[in-house]
Amino acid sequence: MSILAKKKKREGAEIPTSSMADIAFLLLIFFLVTTTIDVDTGIGMTLPPEPDETTPPPPVSDRNMLKILINAQGQVLLEDLPSSVAQIRSEVLTHVQNNGADARYSDSPSKAVVSIKTDRLTPYNLYIQTLDEVWMAYFEIWDTEARSLGHVNYVEYRSNLEDGAENEIREKWPAQVSLAEPDPGN
Amino acid sequence: MAHFTKKSKAKPEISTASLPDIIFMLLIFFMVTTVLREQEVQVRTILPQAEALTKIEQKRYVSYVWMGPEKLPGNRVGETKVQIDDAVIEDLTNVRSIMYRKLSEQPRLIVSLRVDEESEMGVVTDVQGELRKAGTLRISYSSRRDISNI
Repeated sequence: MSILAKKKKREGAEIPTSSMADIAFLLLIFFLVTTTIDVDTGIGMTLPPEPDETTPPPPVSDRNMLKILINAQGQVLLEDLPSSVAQIRSEVLTHVQNNGADARYSDSPSKAVVSIKTDRLTPYNLYIQTLDEVWMAYFEIWDTEARSLGHVNYVEYRSNLEDGAENEIREKWPAQVSLAEPDPGN
Repeated sequence: MAHFTKKSKAKPEISTASLPDIIFMLLIFFMVTTVLREQEVQVRTILPQAEALTKIEQKRYVSYVWMGPEKLPGNRVGETKVQIDDAVIEDLTNVRSIMYRKLSEQPRLIVSLRVDEESEMGVVTDVQGELRKAGTLRISYSSRRDISNI
């Protein structure tokens, strides 16, 4: 009797391991799906090439240039008028879309230049806000243009663009943001 | 004799049932032993918030430049420093040669400037000047999405 009972106990305990691979596989897929690799986002810019001493920079007439000045105290000067960061976007919009209507603003979108000048002691945060407003103005223009071409917005237009195809919206409304050399400050 | 012939006919087969297990073990082994190249950022970079963001899809083109106050022990921060890869750059003229070398390796290089929001424009301008001299003209001011406006 005692021998029989012992034998039964030994046989009983076995866990089926055949589904172990499936479990591991499911775990693997779960982690693959849930892991996100953080994508770097930022405001893209192209710096002007190093100035050549023999060739002077191309002349830009005063009306085509929208000057934004930010000083060390964070005060904004828009075309020599005291202003605020919140006003930059509408000012850039009128400047770029002017098409020669108002003598104070640009001749044509392709000639319009936005120039940002800072001080050495200007807070970086404010500079990014300013740059952001300028780019948002351009994004608004591009979005309007994309909608008139029958797209949802500019991002959708650009993602549907084939490799090497010309970006007509940007061709028509080129973003020309120039970063001026800052004042040395005190 | 009959026994012998029968034995040679039977095909010996290797059991493949444990093959997935072996592969799995190999996978785990390599996962455990692989060390990702870690970059310890020695400066504090709290990125500014912005709306007009673009994603940099091609990660292999990107090279980072960190700028911000140096992290000191005990949650304190020191002076503003510039860091590329894993070294703090003391002399900013070195930025030019580093970036020039990177550009020759990757002609479509994008320099992502990860600048602390409390920095001043002076250091950013200096680095940009060096980048211009090196010829790395594609830059990106790394920023976070502005959460408050959504």
